[in-house]
Amino acid sequence: MAVLTYIESSNGKIKKSGFELASYACELAKQTNSSAIAITINCPDTSEIANYGIDKVLKVNSDSLNEFNAKLYSDVISQASTNFDCDRIVLSSSSDSKYLAPLLAAKIDASYLNNVISLPSNLNPFTVRRTAFTNKAFSDTSSSSKNIIIGLSNNSFGLVENSVSLSEEDFQVNLENSNLAVESTEKASGTISIADADIVVSAGRGMKGPENWNLIEDLANTLGAATACSKPVSDMGWRPHSEHVGQTGKPVATNLYIAIGISGAIQHLAGINSSKIKVVINNDPEAPFFKAADYGVVGDAFEVVPKLNEKLKEFNLQNS
Amino acid sequence: MKILVCISHVPDTTSKINFVDDDTKFDVQGVQFVINPNDEFGLTRAMWLKEKQDASIDVINVGNQTSEPTLRKALAIGADRAIRINAEPIDGFFVAKQIAEFIKENPYDLIIAGRESIDYNGAMVPGLIAGFLNIDYVTNCTKLDIENGKATLDREIDGGKETLSGSLPIIIGGQKGLVEESDLRIPNMRGIMQARQKPLDTIEPFDFSPNTSTIKFHKPEPKQAVKLVDSDNLDELINLLHNEAKVL
Ligand SMILES: Cc1cc2nc3c(=O)[nH]c(=O)nc-3n(C[C@H](O)[C@H](O)[C@H](O)COP(=O)(O)OP(=O)(O)OC[C@H]3O[C@@H](n4cnc5c(N)ncnc54)[C@H](O)[C@@H]3O)c2cc1C
Repeated sequence: MAVLTYIESSNGKIKKSGFELASYACELAKQTNSSAIAITINCPDTSEIANYGIDKVLKVNSDSLNEFNAKLYSDVISQASTNFDCDRIVLSSSSDSKYLAPLLAAKIDASYLNNVISLPSNLNPFTVRRTAFTNKAFSDTSSSSKNIIIGLSNNSFGLVENSVSLSEEDFQVNLENSNLAVESTEKASGTISIADADIVVSAGRGMKGPENWNLIEDLANTLGAATACSKPVSDMGWRPHSEHVGQTGKPVATNLYIAIGISGAIQHLAGINSSKIKVVINNDPEAPFFKAADYGVVGDAFEVVPKLNEKLKEFNLQNS
Repeated sequence: MKILVCISHVPDTTSKINFVDDDTKFDVQGVQFVINPNDEFGLTRAMWLKEKQDASIDVINVGNQTSEPTLRKALAIGADRAIRINAEPIDGFFVAKQIAEFIKENPYDLIIAGRESIDYNGAMVPGLIAGFLNIDYVTNCTKLDIENGKATLDREIDGGKETLSGSLPIIIGGQKGLVEESDLRIPNMRGIMQARQKPLDTIEPFDFSPNTSTIKFHKPEPKQAVKLVDSDNLDELINLLHNEAKVL
């Protein structure tokens, strides 16, 4: 029995979420007295994964996998899990991994536990804590299935550094055809996506209009952060829909979430609550966001944000 | 074209979340239930297909009698027939197995579910159904057009979107974007009256067991009070984020 983790890559490099997955998979293997194996798809350089305890990586290379296809990718992972006798599979919470997970679960007859935020508290039956009710509660969920897929919530476990030497193995797969074809992909280039970001700078109706978003973008640039927005902001077309976060938008589980001119409605908070540290900047001291935040500044965003940006630039200079 | 929309019966987004029975069950006391928002976007998209392309819409729910008002609402919005599989929806696996067995006996061209339900956030029902039945599947679906048995779909991806093409039958996990909130329909009196005459069939569950169980629910620890920083002292905010929270 072993733990298998599918490590995603982009532009030929391992995605940062992969280091957390590797850390989790290795700790899980330790706890279950087994070993952890990683699998990558079309990723030439996997070396960094060895900093987080993974000593064996299966490398799959195929032109038919250049574009993500949930069915084919789940086939790949299923073949690896069968070949290497893996009964625990650890996946990220990216939109691709959440897409393939149930297909994989059906294929290998596994239980799928997603939004997981902890190592198992019990191995028999296998019990982990997950978020539920859109982050308004936690659920200790157990499964007695032979195979279990764990969807790890972003930034919930952290990194465990442990440098080991890595053996790489090419893994051959049999691929069927897929009826689904990717016609085109639109991706904002050069910007960080909300799912991959360590820091998210998010703004709401308090910014008054789209013409003021340069303040938000400047701050995000200084911080190396992704930009996000509240629902009315994307509904009014001030910002693209892909930036809408909250219960009906994208979930955010980042290390630092900065909310500017956002009131903190329950539906907004539900989607961002699993972020580690929340900072609010709002001119209304009664705004509900102050109850959910760790740090707050009561003030006019149009004054505070540029000032904060200048201070952060100084901070970056001193710390670079 | 035959469309099946899977309807999850969930607590309204503003509901107080509490638990009973030694924190093993969600407390339904005083909670208003609604059609899962992601499913409602899908149902509305299905209505457009029905009106423009002569489709029929069935809606299905796995649940006990308390979900009937939610199914009636779906009928009042415009679905033609409702099916309730009479069982507690214990987990996503169980629900997906039930619906998949039903579809095996009653094939559809298009199956629409939500990308996830807003209560247990399992995000697995449409994907599992697709896996059990080996039908093509697209989730986080923000656009769906069907012409001559061909489907064109948009999928939201991290940092952008992807346009896909496929053929029927197909299963989607829908969300906002399929239609917008302003497109959602509030049932009118005529719809509500008609819904009373439409079939709501109850069928007994197929013989499957859930594959997970909830041991206990917890509520988050009460949060510590926010630390306020004066807007003239932003160095202090940076200091706190750097040295105390360690996120800079
Ligand atoms: C079913 C449902 C689902 C929903 N899903 C979501 C969701 O996923 N995401 C989401 O965000 N919302 C969602 N909402 C909407 C939500 O209820 C709120 O309406 C929304 O979050 C409010 O957005 P806002 O904070 O940007 O705007 P407002 O509530 O208008 O708040 C603006 C804030 O800006 C502050 N402000 C104004 N001027 C300044 C200034 N100069 N400087 C600093 N601060 C200033 C104000 O004090 C105020 O607090 C949902 C609602 C429903 C009913």
